[in-house]
Amino acid sequence: MASTIRMRAIANGETTEVQALVQHPMDSGFVKDSKGNLIPPHYIEVLEFQHAGKTVFTAFWGPAVAKDPYVKFSFKGAQKGDDLIISWVDNKGQSDSVVGKIQ
Amino acid sequence: MNNNSMSKQTNLRRARRGQTRRTIVQGALAGGLAGLGLAGAAPFSRARAAADASKWPKDAFSQKKQADAIRVLYGKTPEPSDKVSLEAPEIAENGAVVPISVSTTLPDVTSITIVVSENPFPLAANYPIPAGTSAMVANRLKMAKTSKVIALVESGGKIFSASKEVKVTVGGCGG
Amino acid sequence: MRRAVLLGLAMFTLAAPQILTATCHAADSINPQADFKAFRKYFTERFTNVPLNDFVNGPYSMDAGLRKQWLEIDAFPPYQFALDKGKEMFNTPFKNGKTYGDCFPNKGIGVRQDYPYFDTKSGEVITLDVALNQCREANGEKPFDYSKDDMAALTAYMAYTSRGKRFDIKIPDDPRALAAYEKGEEYFYTRRGQLNFSCASCHVQNPGGHLRTEVLAPALGIVAAMPIYRSEWGGMGTISRRFTSCNSQVRATPLKPEDELYRDVEYYLSYMSNGLPISGPGARP
Ligand code: HEC
Repeated sequence: MASTIRMRAIANGETTEVQALVQHPMDSGFVKDSKGNLIPPHYIEVLEFQHAGKTVFTAFWGPAVAKDPYVKFSFKGAQKGDDLIISWVDNKGQSDSVVGKIQ
Repeated sequence: MNNNSMSKQTNLRRARRGQTRRTIVQGALAGGLAGLGLAGAAPFSRARAAADASKWPKDAFSQKKQADAIRVLYGKTPEPSDKVSLEAPEIAENGAVVPISVSTTLPDVTSITIVVSENPFPLAANYPIPAGTSAMVANRLKMAKTSKVIALVESGGKIFSASKEVKVTVGGCGG
Repeated sequence: MRRAVLLGLAMFTLAAPQILTATCHAADSINPQADFKAFRKYFTERFTNVPLNDFVNGPYSMDAGLRKQWLEIDAFPPYQFALDKGKEMFNTPFKNGKTYGDCFPNKGIGVRQDYPYFDTKSGEVITLDVALNQCREANGEKPFDYSKDDMAALTAYMAYTSRGKRFDIKIPDDPRALAAYEKGEEYFYTRRGQLNFSCASCHVQNPGGHLRTEVLAPALGIVAAMPIYRSEWGGMGTISRRFTSCNSQVRATPLKPEDELYRDVEYYLSYMSNGLPISGPGARP
């Protein structure tokens, strides 16, 4: 299974800019399927980024975050070649994680 | 900052989640090992870490009114500040994907939050900002209809805000 | 000249669609090159502020507000997952050990701009999507649904490897090729559906205009970004999906995906876009 997470992290001087995209339906619970039944809410609640054992960024999300969610942030202290660990967990307890390299 | 939302319920959820999560993470790990042959080609491998759902501010995300969401999340009233910059389109190309970003020149920022007043659950996203992380975030949100979008920045224990009206016209022909 | 008549009709006439069809059947000879020149001239003169290469960005070439959102979204585009999936599919051999690459010139890399082409053997227009299914069938695999995600993923990857390459559609010296071109052109300018709109009513007459919330793409370069991820769909769509949904918008009965007529329309539109760069896959509202 391919990872649900795509990441781009670029170190530029002392700051590293991180962009991530996660494949997830982010169902709000307000949308009906083709048969007219409400699709139950299904969304990522927490997306976390760790570098060198420290959490450098956390996203707490609700159902209003768009499908295949995207986030961008930057942090200090990382270098090219370092690992960045990304993980998420959703309201159904499903989760995924990857280790990406900072470029 | 989210302490007030750490209810009994959240703890229950945590226990339940912990269980599920472990199972899935193990599954992921096994997949990772099986896929090792590909590791050279793939830029990623599966990680052991898992995001911690126990800190998710459930109560604030459950509020149906903007003021309640902010109160539950921060316990304070925000004051408008021109040091909070909120970038959002005037007219959303589609309410399903609205690019919104927030940044600030305020010092000691500990969190950034985005609220969409007219959404069924106004709290859209809450980002704790640890030391060393820039006070900036960009994301893409869903907007049910035309609404005020509020950016909140927690700085030095106070809450500052900026807001902007984003027009959302109902999605076109439905494809 | 014929072209000028058609454009004129598209622009100013709201009446009698039959006139238009009648005009198409007039005895004067088909001249794709003259059509091409008039078409190009019409768009470049009407939209003097839009750089030629930008027409391939559809609605974003027409509206600054939309464009800004698109640039933000395209920085990490929602079609990324389809693209990755398409690449993997493309590189995975069939059961017989052959690959998609074996069916195409240059192993299928950077060839999107040459499709559709007129196949002088079968006497039909072959689009990239059809060529992909022919490849699957020739290798003992089931064809994909032309409107669904697998086809979108494959064509997304093939378009991606062709980005920046310029449409190079040829009309061979074969009366059947000319006829296909003409049928495509005629379909494009013929009014249909309860709303009595032709494709041209929206994409020639009104590019940049609003249809409810949507900004209409110009017909020049209109297929260059296919396939697309549409926020409205919450997913990917192939050319077939786009064409059928455009027909449905005017409450016309859509043709079958990759119906001969749709292929002719794509042939016509792609020929009109000759020289413009492939920009697919695209992200759209
Ligand atoms: C009622 C107006 C209308 C008619 C008629 C119409 N379309 Fe469209 N078309 C749209 C809208 C709205 C969109 C989405 C916004 C945009 O990109 O133009 C669209 C998009 C497209 C696109 C994608 C453009 C891009 O860059 O994303 C193609 C290709 C297209 N139409 C082809 C056709 C064809 C071929 C026909 C005739 C069979 C047709 N359209 C008829 C309204 C129309």
